[in-house]
Amino acid sequence: MKYEVVIGLETHSELATATKLFCGCSTKFGADPNTQVCPVCLAMPGVLPVMNKKAFEYAMKSAAALCCKIDNYTNFDRKSYYYPDLPKNYQISQNYHNLGVDGFMDIEVKGTVKRIRIHNVHLEEEAGKLIHPEETGADYSLVDFNRAGVPLLEIVSYPDMRTVDEVESYMQTLRKMLLYTEISDCKMQEGSLRFEASISLRLKGVETLGNRVEIKNLNSMKFVIKAIEYEATRQAELLDRGETIDRETRLWDEINEKSVRMRSKEEAQDYRYFPEPDLLPVLIDEKWLSTIKSSIPELPFARKQRFVSEFKLSDYDANLLIEDKVLADFFEECVRGLNRPKILCNWITNDLLREAKERKLEIGQLKVKPAQLVSLVEIVEKGTISSTTAKEVFIEMIQTGKDPQKIVEEKGLIQISDEGLIGSVIDKIISGNPGVIDDYKKGKKNALTFLVGQVMKETKGKANPKMVNELLKGKLDV
Amino acid sequence: MKISKKDIRYVAHLSRIALSDNEEELFVHQLSDILSYIEKLNQLNTDNVDPLVYTTNTFNVFREDALEKPLAIEDAQYCAPSTMGAFFKVPKVIE
Amino acid sequence: MRLLESTALQIKQKILSKQIRVVELVGQAFARIKAVDPTIQSFISLNEESALKQAREIDEKIDHNEKVGLLAGIPVAVKDNLCTRGLSTTCASQILKNFVPPYDAYVVKRLKEEDAIIIGKTNLDEFAMGSSTENSSFQITRNPWNVACVPGGSSGGSAAAVAANLTPMSLGSDTGGSVRQPAALCGIVGLKPTYGRVSRYGLIAFGSSLDQVGTMTKDVSDASLLLQVIAGKDSKDSTSVQTPVPDYLQGIDNNIQGLRIGIPKEYLTEGMHADVHKALKDALRIYEKLGAKIIDVTLPHTEYAVAVYYIVANAEASSNLSRYDGVRYGIRSTNAKGVIDMYCRTRAEGFGNEVKRRIMLGNYALSSGYYDAYYLKASRVRNLIKKDFDAAFEKVDCIIGPTSPVPAFKIGERANNPLEMYLSDIYTIPANLAGIPGISIPCGFSKDGLPIGLQILTKHFEEKQLLHVAYSFERETDYHLKRAVI
Ligand SMILES: [Mg+2]
Ligand SMILES: [Zn+2]
Repeated sequence: MKYEVVIGLETHSELATATKLFCGCSTKFGADPNTQVCPVCLAMPGVLPVMNKKAFEYAMKSAAALCCKIDNYTNFDRKSYYYPDLPKNYQISQNYHNLGVDGFMDIEVKGTVKRIRIHNVHLEEEAGKLIHPEETGADYSLVDFNRAGVPLLEIVSYPDMRTVDEVESYMQTLRKMLLYTEISDCKMQEGSLRFEASISLRLKGVETLGNRVEIKNLNSMKFVIKAIEYEATRQAELLDRGETIDRETRLWDEINEKSVRMRSKEEAQDYRYFPEPDLLPVLIDEKWLSTIKSSIPELPFARKQRFVSEFKLSDYDANLLIEDKVLADFFEECVRGLNRPKILCNWITNDLLREAKERKLEIGQLKVKPAQLVSLVEIVEKGTISSTTAKEVFIEMIQTGKDPQKIVEEKGLIQISDEGLIGSVIDKIISGNPGVIDDYKKGKKNALTFLVGQVMKETKGKANPKMVNELLKGKLDV
Repeated sequence: MKISKKDIRYVAHLSRIALSDNEEELFVHQLSDILSYIEKLNQLNTDNVDPLVYTTNTFNVFREDALEKPLAIEDAQYCAPSTMGAFFKVPKVIE
Repeated sequence: MRLLESTALQIKQKILSKQIRVVELVGQAFARIKAVDPTIQSFISLNEESALKQAREIDEKIDHNEKVGLLAGIPVAVKDNLCTRGLSTTCASQILKNFVPPYDAYVVKRLKEEDAIIIGKTNLDEFAMGSSTENSSFQITRNPWNVACVPGGSSGGSAAAVAANLTPMSLGSDTGGSVRQPAALCGIVGLKPTYGRVSRYGLIAFGSSLDQVGTMTKDVSDASLLLQVIAGKDSKDSTSVQTPVPDYLQGIDNNIQGLRIGIPKEYLTEGMHADVHKALKDALRIYEKLGAKIIDVTLPHTEYAVAVYYIVANAEASSNLSRYDGVRYGIRSTNAKGVIDMYCRTRAEGFGNEVKRRIMLGNYALSSGYYDAYYLKASRVRNLIKKDFDAAFEKVDCIIGPTSPVPAFKIGERANNPLEMYLSDIYTIPANLAGIPGISIPCGFSKDGLPIGLQILTKHFEEKQLLHVAYSFERETDYHLKRAVI
C-alpha cells in the first residue's frame, strides 16, 4: 500500500473504587436498574459533587505509570453536551489542566521496542446506560443511571501507531499496566475498558496528517483491530478515487463488520469547557506524588526483562509469567523459597496454568500456595517421590490445598530408594521374564524399558526410577 | 457587539431552547445590547492577570471511598415525567 | 409591639419563659399570612400542617424542660430555591413546578436541627435571576411599604415576608445582591456571608462560584443568630470551608472607637438617588460620632463588575440549568418528536424569558471561538476586582456604601430593559465576585417613605466584624424598629 496508516487510541477505563467519583453510590456491576443512584448522580437540583480521593489517587498513579508530567496544580472542567444518559448534561472532566501530560509507554512488537507517546491522562465521570428496545417500531429508549458517575480514566495517545500489531501491543501493554497497578479490573465485557481509535492515511513519506476519522463502539480488542483494518481500506479506496476524507465520527457495526457514520454527531461538537466551580483545585506536592509513585509496582515490560536476565528464563517463558501480575508474583515468591527458576517456571506455566484454565479459576483463587509448590519441588529433588508421583500429588494439592508432604504420607507415596528392596523386586522380575531377558541380550533396547516398567508396576510407582535403571542394568550386564 | 439571527439560532440550539420567530427577533436585540455593554471589558489590558474562579484559597477537598445508602427507586422516580419499570423513559435516541 | 412585629430573639425569650406557646405563635403567623399575603404574594407554598405539628412537639419539649435548639419555635420562611425534603421546591419556574426533593438543603437541615419552624417557601425571580421578583413564573411579590413597588430581588418573597411581619426571619440566596438589595428595598437586614461560609448543598445553583445562602431578619442580632445556625463546613459541599465559626453575638456591642471605614469614591456615582445619597452621608456622620475614622479608598474596577458578573454568572448558569431536560424530574413537553425536540420544547415551555436570555448569553460566552474573549476575559477582570478589595482592606477594616442606588421602584417600570435592571446591582455584585461578606441594614427612608439600605463589606470570613459594625449603627438609630403598615 502506498499509504501510511496513522493511528491514535483513546482509552477509557473504569477505576476499581467501591463508590462513584462524586457520591457514595456503589460502582458494583450488574445491579438492578437505577438501584445505585442518589440525588447527586441523578443531578437533582442543588446537589454538589465531592471528589473520591481513591479515584483521584488512582488517576495520579496511572499518570505516573505512563511517565506523564504531573503539574502541582490541577482542576476540573465541565464538558457540556446533551444526552439522556448524562444526568447534568455536562460531564465533569478535565481539559485545561489535565492531571498528566506528555507521557509515554514502551511496547514490543516482534522483539522490537517502540515508544508510544501519551498526550494526556485525565479523570472524568462515566455516563449512564441507554437501552434501545428490540421490539420493532418502539419509539422510546430507556435509561439506567447506575453507571452514571463511576470514575473513569481517559488515556489519550499521540497518533504514533502505524500497524495493527502495534495497536494490539499497545492495548495489551496498557491493559497489563492497569491490572498491575490495580487501578481497573479491565473487564471489557463489562465495559470497564474501552477503546476509541482515530485513523488517518497519508502517502508514505509525507509529514502532514490526513483528516482523521474517529471510531467508537469498539467492544473488544478484536473489533479495534478489525475496525482499523476496515477503515484503512475504506479510506485508501476513497483516496485512490481522488475523494477526500471527512473528519467525522463513525460507529463500528460488529454484525456487518463495517464502520458507519454516526447520525447524532453530524453537527460539530461545541463542548463549552469551563472550570468546574463546584470542585476546588487540587495541589499535588512532591511528598504526595512520591508516595503514589512508590505504590506503583514493577510494570510488566520491565519485569519481563528482569525475569530474562535475573532468572535466565527464555523470552517466551518470561512473557507467559508476566501476562498476569498474580502469576508473576506467584513465581517470584516461589523462587524466593527455592532458587530453581526454570523448574518452578515449568510447573507454573504448564501445570498451574492448565489446572486454573480447566477449573475456570483465577490464579489467586487456586488452593495451591507458592510455599507448597516449593515443597513439592524440594521433595522431588530430595528423591522422596518421583516426578511422576509429583504430578499426582500436585493434582491433589489443587483439589484439597493440602501440603505435599502430608499427601505423600497419607497416600504412602514415598519413593523407595532402598537398594536391597529394589534389588529383590528386580530379581523377581528377571526370573519371571526369561524371554525378555533374551531379547535384551540380543540387543533389543526397549526390552529394558519394559523391565523398568514392570519393576515400577510391582512397586506401585514408588521405586526411585533412576535406581531401578541403574540396578537393572547392573544385573543384566553382568 | 451586534449578533445575527444565525448566531441566536446556533446558541439557542446549544441551549436546547426552541424559539419562535418573534423570540429570535427579541433576543437578537437584547443580547446585542448586553454584549455591546460587555465590550467595555476590552478597555482593560489583562495580559498579565490570572483568571479568578476560586475565591476561597482552599484546595484538595476529598471524600473517602465509603459507601452511602442509595435512593429508593420510588424516590428516584418520584418526579419523573415518564418511566417504564425501574427505567427512565425518553423518546427514542438515535446514535 | 405585636408579637409578629418582634424580632426572633424577643420571641424566643417569650417562648423559653413560657409567656407564649409555639402553637399559638405559629397559628398567629398563618392567620396573618392568610390575611396579608394575598396582597403581598410573598409565599409560593405554605407548610402549615407540619409546622403546627412541629410547634406542638417543641411546646412539649419546653413543657418538660427538655433542651431545645437555638431557634426553638421560631418561624422561618425559606426561599423556594432551597430544597426541602417532601416539600415542593419550584425555583419559581414552570419547569420545576411539580418538583418535590427527597433531601433537605444543608441550611434547611440546620434549621430543623435547631428547632426552627419552616412555615413556607417564598417567591423569587425564576432561578434567582432578577432584581425585582417580577420574573417569578407564579406571582409578583409586592413591597410591604408600598404595594405598587417591587420588593427587590431575587429574594423578594423572603424580604417581603419579614417586612410584612409574616415571619421574623427568612433565608434567601445572594448571587449578585439577591439578599442585600431586597433587604434594602424592604427595610430589613440582609446578610450575605463569605463564599464558602455556608454550605450550598441543596441551594438550587445559579452561579456556582458566586451563590451564597443569606439571612433576612429584622435586626442585626437576629442576623447573627441565624448565621450562627447555618454557618460551618458541610461534607457535601466541597467549597464550604473549615474555618471555625465564632460566637457572632459575643462582643457585638463593643464600641467601634478607631474603626477604619473606607468609602470608595467609585460608589458615589451619578446614578445614585438623592435620598440614598443623603442617607449615606447621615450614616457616615453617625459612625464618625461613634469614633470611627472615615477614609477614602478606591475600587478602580467597580465599573466593570456588572459586565464581569453577567458573563461569569450566566456562563455558570447556562451549564447549571442544563439538567432541566425533562428526563428525571420536572415537566416534559408532550408534543415532541425525538429526544432533541423534547429537550428544546420542554425548556422553551418551562423557562421564562429572563432565564432563556441568560442561558443563551452564558452559552454564547463559552462557545467555541468566544471563550477567550468573554469568559476568560471576564475571569481575569474578576481577579482585578478582587485585588481592588485586597488593596482597600490593607487600609481599612470595612467598606461602606449604599446597597442599591435607588429605593424600591414601581412594578413594571424596568421590566422591559434588562440591561438597566442589571445595572442597578452595581454596588452588590463586587462582593460576590470577590467572595467577601456583605450586609445591608436600614439607614433611612426616601421622601416617599421607602426604606434605604446601607451596605457594609469586610474581608473574607470577617462576618463577626461585619455584624459588629452593623450593630453599632443599629444601636444608634431606630430605622430597624419601623414596621411597614399593611
Ligand atoms: Mg472523555
Ligand atoms: Zn450517587
